[in-house]
Parts: sequence; C-alpha cells; structure tokens
Amino acid sequence: MLDLVADRPSMISDAMTDAIVTTRGLRKSYDRKTEILKGIDLTIRKGERVALIGSNGCGKSTLLRCLIGLHEVTRGEVAALGETFSGLPAGGQKARLRRQTGFVFQKHCLVRRRSVLSNVIHGMMSEPGSWRAFSQMTAPEPWRLAALEALSWVNLSDKAAARADALSGGQQQRVSIARALVRRPALLIADEPAASLDPVSGNDVMALFARLCADHGITLLFTSHDMAHARSFADRIVALRAGQVLFDKPSATTTDADLEEVFRVEPR
Amino acid sequence: MSNPAEHMPRRLPRLSPLTFALTMTALAIVVVSVGQVAPTPGQLIDGGPSMVRLVDRMMPPNLDPAFLARIFWRIVETFQIAIAGAVIGILLSLPIAWFAARGVGPFGAFGAFLSKAVISFLRTVPDLVWALLFVATVGLGAVAGTMTIVVDTIGFCGRFFAEAIEESEKEPQEAISAIGGNRLSVLFGAILPDVMPSFINTSLFALEKAVRSSVVLGLVGAGGIGQELKAAFDLFQYRNASTIILVIFLIVLGMEWATDRLRRKVQ
Repeated sequence: MLDLVADRPSMISDAMTDAIVTTRGLRKSYDRKTEILKGIDLTIRKGERVALIGSNGCGKSTLLRCLIGLHEVTRGEVAALGETFSGLPAGGQKARLRRQTGFVFQKHCLVRRRSVLSNVIHGMMSEPGSWRAFSQMTAPEPWRLAALEALSWVNLSDKAAARADALSGGQQQRVSIARALVRRPALLIADEPAASLDPVSGNDVMALFARLCADHGITLLFTSHDMAHARSFADRIVALRAGQVLFDKPSATTTDADLEEVFRVEPR
Repeated sequence: MSNPAEHMPRRLPRLSPLTFALTMTALAIVVVSVGQVAPTPGQLIDGGPSMVRLVDRMMPPNLDPAFLARIFWRIVETFQIAIAGAVIGILLSLPIAWFAARGVGPFGAFGAFLSKAVISFLRTVPDLVWALLFVATVGLGAVAGTMTIVVDTIGFCGRFFAEAIEESEKEPQEAISAIGGNRLSVLFGAILPDVMPSFINTSLFALEKAVRSSVVLGLVGAGGIGQELKAAFDLFQYRNASTIILVIFLIVLGMEWATDRLRRKVQ
C-alpha cells in the first residue's frame, strides 16, 4: 500500500533548525463528534521554557501526549527531536523520540511498592537491555549510579532505599522528576506537575524544574493552571482555548488582561 | 403549594413484565429441583440408622503402625501432587493471564478473548473429569493427578490473575510507556509490583485448593491418599477409612492455617 504520509512533502520547513518541537495543523478527536485540538501550530526552540495554559478540557494534556505519540494525531503533523510523524510515530521513531524525552505527570505515577531508586532506574526503560531497568536489583552499576546522581539533584539521595509510597506527595513528585531526568533528555514535558501539591511544595517543584533544565540545557514544556508559575518559570506562554491557540507570547509581556481572556467563560 | 407526600418514592421498585416473568421462572426452577432431587424428611429418617451403623463400624480408627506408615507415604505423594501441580499451574497462569488481560495483553482484544475462553474452559470442567481424562491418557497414578492440578490451577489462577492485571494502577503504566518502555517493561516494571500481593493471595488459595483436590483425585485412580480411601471402602475396611478421613481433615486444616498465616504476612 502506498504510504501517503511518507510520500507527502512535510509541511514543516527545514528552516526551523533550532526548533526542537514543531506542530502544523495538529488536530485530535477521540470520536467523530468532538474535536479536542483544532489545528495547533506551535514551535518550541531548543533551551526554551514554555508554559501551556488554558482551562480544563481545552486540550493541554492531549497536546502533550500527541507530541510523543502517547495519543494518535488525527490530522496534521508533528516534528519532535528529529522525528516527523502523522498519526502515531512508527516503532523505531517512537523509541528514538521517547529516549530523548522526559515526561512528568500531574500525579507522580510512581510504582508504589518499589524503592525510590528502582523508580528512578525505570527512566532507563528505553535504553538497550531495558529489562535490566525493571528494578535496581537487575540494573547495571552505571545505571544505579546515574539514578543516585539524579536523586541528588532533587535532594533525595538519602531516600534511595525507601519504598516510593512512604514518601510525601512533594517528595514523590521530585522522584518522578529524577526519573524523567536520569537519561538527561533533550526535552522535558510536564503535565501540571504542581497541581497535586500544596502551594509551597508546588513552588519548590517548579523552581527545581527551572533550575535543573537550565543546568542541563533541557528544553521544558509544562502545563499549569497557576499563572504565577507560568510567568515566573517560563520564557513563553502559549494559551489554548477550545482546542486552538489563543495567544503565544513571551511571559514578560503577558498581561493580566491576556490571562483573564484565557479563562473567560463564554456566554451561553 | 404541592403536598410533599406526592413525591414519596415507592417502597418496592416497579417490576417490568419481563423481570417479573424471569423471577417467576427462576423460582419455579428452584421449587421443581428441590422437589425432585433434594432428600425428603422420610428418606433422612430412614437413612439415619444406616449412618449410625456405618459410623459404628468405623470406630475406633485403625492406628496400627504398619498401616500408618503406609498412609504416611501416600500423604507425602498427595502433597507432592498438590505442590508440583499448583506451582506449575501458577507459573503457566502468569503468561496466559497477561494474554487474557484486556487493554494490557500483547495480542489485542481477540487474543484476550481467546485466552479468556481457554481459561473458562479449563475452569468449568470439574477436576474429577480432568483426572479421568488424564488417567485414560497417561495411566493410573500420581502423574495424572499432577496434570489435573495443573489444569485446575490454570483455570483458577488465570482468571484472578487476569482480573488483577486489568485492575492494576494505570498511571505508572502510562508513565513507563511515556519513558519509552515496551509492553514487557510495563508488565515487569509497573504491573507485577502492583499486583504482587493479589497474586500471592490467589496462589495461596490455589495451593489450598490443590491440597483439597489432590486428596480426592485418588478416587478415580490419579494417585495420592484418595486411592487408599477408595480401597478401604471397596474392601469394607471402615476403620482404615475413618483413619484416612481423619488424616485428610488434619491435612486440610493444617494447610488452611498455614496459608492464612502467610496471607496475613503478605498484607
């Protein structure tokens, strides 16, 4: 069968050489009735820290998942970390893409009954010989050392042997950051990483993100409902509304009126 | 102002004609079944003296050292059948349950349906029927008993393992997938650690069930202590039979006690 996607010239220009993620006309629907994303055009450059904001259900999390092929793109194209795809990335593409990406979820998503060190070593799952990342017991020594180093970045080296569910919510989120960073990815994606934390822990986690990404030259894309986080920890704010980009501005020039517009309720 | 009593809900739900008809049919089946095959009070009264005579002939249990030594080795064989059969069955259940778990298994919805159908088939055929089949295939003795326990354990554990896998926490699975893990990574990295307490629990129940099954498999020639029990009844050696029944009771009781303690430790 003719591969129409492969034969079609890419919509994404080669000129965007410093772009680490680009989407063109990205559309996503889970059924025929409701379209979650309605043609997203977005470019994220290397080293940038970008906040994706918008009200619940506007498509932020869906967009993040589409970028690394966790969800299938219905129409349009994604170019991320040198891999261009429509629909879902092919097997090899997916592995290469995820090998260069760290993903932090709203709920830390740790394996509760495993040790903190094992959870961080899980970050090595896409490396060759991935079965050795199932647990710290089977992991090779360099992986164990890398995981311990990642734990030191989030100040949790002393908790390496503890069970994940013995930690507080903030500590668990820091473990999931260490897991995302252990392979030193080029791109770190975080889906409302501070949403399940109290304000102080949430601020600490966001500050940690910003510092670690700057220290290791990692591009950061995160979603947030907290406008203070978006303004303080992002270079750029991209606002989504009803599946479309409402604005895309440097955070320094984003006004209160812009932010109010994002969450304005449409009269029925 | 409207009367609040107008909004009072009905005490009993309104039955549709179909629900009413189905309820009546189910009741009729129960009444007819009890009438045709349940013992009547007369039969119970008539059978009473026979039961007393049988218990009388069983007493006292035979505690002759030579006989006890003989059944000791039969008990060892019974345990071997139970343990070997349960362990092999549990190990084989693991991949089958993975294939059968919807949304998790490697062979998609059709593979899950097929694996579930196999598990259901193994579970619904009674263990004594499997024992008869294996005795006919591999001959009389413990091997047929072990094969029966293996099949029975797959039917039991396969179902519960698959359900535990389906109900395991989805977030860590998505996290490992997002990191770049494949299906095996998700299975070993996220699912197995999450479901391990449930698996151990089910495995202990399977072991308990295997011990109970293995003591009766001998009735159809599949080895173990049941074979001695059948011989005792066939030869009207009721004192031997009472000793064996007592030993079976102690084995099952001991097994339940041990597995209960292990279960408490796991939780």
